[in-house]
Amino acid sequence: MIGNFPFVAVVIMLGLGIYSLMFKKNLIKIAIGLTLIESGANLFLIALGYRKGSVAPIYTMAPEGAKMALPTPQALCLTSIVIGVATTALVLSIIMIIYKKYGTLNTDEIRRLRG
Amino acid sequence: MSSILMHAPALIIALPLLAAFLTPILSRFNGKKISWFVSAVLGITLLLTLYMAGHILIDGPLIYVFGGSEAGLTLPSGYNFPIRIIFQIDAMGIFMALITAVVSFLAAIYSITYMEEHTGLDKYYTLLLLLATSMFGMEITGDIFNFFVFFEIASISSVALISFRSTISGEPAEAGLKYMVVSSISALMVLFAIGLFYGQYDALNIAAIASFMQYTQLDKIALILFVTVLAMKSGAVPMHMWTPDAYSEAPAAITMVLVAASQASLYALFRIIFTIYNITLNTVTVGWIIIILGVLSMFIGVTMAIIQKDIKRLMAYHAISQTGYMLLGVGVGMAVLADPQALESFGISAMEGGIFHIMNHAMYKGLLFLTAGALFYRTGTRDLSKMGGLANKMNYTTIFFIIGAAAIAGIPPFNGFASKLIIYESVFQFNPLLSIIAMLVSILTLASFVKVFHSAFLGPQLEEYKTVQEVPKSMVLAMGVLAVIIVFFGLFPDIIVKNLVHPAVMALINQSRYTSTILGGM
Repeated sequence: MIGNFPFVAVVIMLGLGIYSLMFKKNLIKIAIGLTLIESGANLFLIALGYRKGSVAPIYTMAPEGAKMALPTPQALCLTSIVIGVATTALVLSIIMIIYKKYGTLNTDEIRRLRG
Repeated sequence: MSSILMHAPALIIALPLLAAFLTPILSRFNGKKISWFVSAVLGITLLLTLYMAGHILIDGPLIYVFGGSEAGLTLPSGYNFPIRIIFQIDAMGIFMALITAVVSFLAAIYSITYMEEHTGLDKYYTLLLLLATSMFGMEITGDIFNFFVFFEIASISSVALISFRSTISGEPAEAGLKYMVVSSISALMVLFAIGLFYGQYDALNIAAIASFMQYTQLDKIALILFVTVLAMKSGAVPMHMWTPDAYSEAPAAITMVLVAASQASLYALFRIIFTIYNITLNTVTVGWIIIILGVLSMFIGVTMAIIQKDIKRLMAYHAISQTGYMLLGVGVGMAVLADPQALESFGISAMEGGIFHIMNHAMYKGLLFLTAGALFYRTGTRDLSKMGGLANKMNYTTIFFIIGAAAIAGIPPFNGFASKLIIYESVFQFNPLLSIIAMLVSILTLASFVKVFHSAFLGPQLEEYKTVQEVPKSMVLAMGVLAVIIVFFGLFPDIIVKNLVHPAVMALINQSRYTSTILGGM
């Protein structure tokens, strides 16, 4: 049961992220929602590669016969974190421009494009 | 095969990527000439793609293993599944790569004069090259995580391009934000689904996953995630809200590339349901889901388009509507996939219609967006009610608009007719009602474009457009090439369908051929 705890955390993070995307009116909170979903996906990848009591997957340093954590999900996760930084930076800079041009962060008032 | 061309699959990624980061440096020396450099790079990429297309259509799929001792070595000794990143290009992949290559090259040509007056061009061209790179990557990669990376690069660069002109007004930034939120969620859900695959099968290679596929409960969740987010990224109807904003606010040349980028997502959707799942899933249900998405997109897209006053918004809604045709054609193919007799009699030709429509759509919708850009370039407005009487002043643009509008409405002898006819005929055998809806949508499309033609080009000359001239040569050239392609495809559809579209459809349907190219005769 306790082994499944990371996956429960993943679901909670995804849920919170989707909630804030759908129901929050503030653009910054929407950006936070995106980062929450991203962290959830990263945690999911990391949790997949973990085995209880395993050591870091470095062949020259691991003790003889020790269990190692799977390195591929960690590599995937690292890539995804780097991409996430770029995404977050872009979202925040677009939000800055919107605030400059519209003078508000409320999504109800930022609706010049419609129809 | 000479040695440098052997690396063509890597080069069509590496060349634009390298050029993307050379562009800011080179523009320090000569900012005005940078557009020529970018066009040249994308031209070389187009030539490489054409070379690969010739190779693939004659000799079969091309494989490129990164980091291997030789390019074709997929399974180093002692491994049952590939561990390296592999590019696997079959007829379907190269079909999409050809669209990308043509569209991004013409976008660069068009931008030479269209974007001339703007500042920050080094960033514009860097992003354009990055977008081209990522689309190629999505279409030719054989590794699903690699696909995710290119998917994210495509989102980031296209968002930055959509909001490129937001220093003047806020709308491009607003459109960019919508697209960014949509594509971030899509990409993260794709990543999550990749995690589901990796957790079960320990593989990231598409061919390997396909051969291990068990269709468990988790695979169903992954399928739902993939279908939802990729349909959202390709602009199918319940999730289409970003499409009109993003398409209308981006610069015209970029809109054309964005259409191709949406189609790269559509390609990924087809690749995943046909190559990874194929007949393990409930083909009738999934097929009908895709058909319903398609019919909704067709109908709602065109009805929303009729009431628009902004020319690019109107065309963007038509883009949604046309995406519906592709989904309809391929959805019918999916629905009868498990039934060899029906597949043979009309399934394959329905898919041919859908896939052929992808290429046709990229060409005529690109042309239409470019003519809208030409109108904007000369009149400074996108509002149809403010335009009028431009036919005398802008002869070439008028002719190109007529060609594009006739093609999208499915009037012979243009390419839209060729693919729509295949869809009507084959879908009619599956379900007559669907075919009738498709024809109805086509008529509404014609009505809507007659309205655009009437209000923009016909009527008395307006006082404020007395001095309007034809657009510069590079823009005419880009539109002209597209018009020639449209007419050629319309006059000789058989050549294209037989040599390009049919192999692509067979590459999608035949799952074991895809997996055995990588895994040998497993």
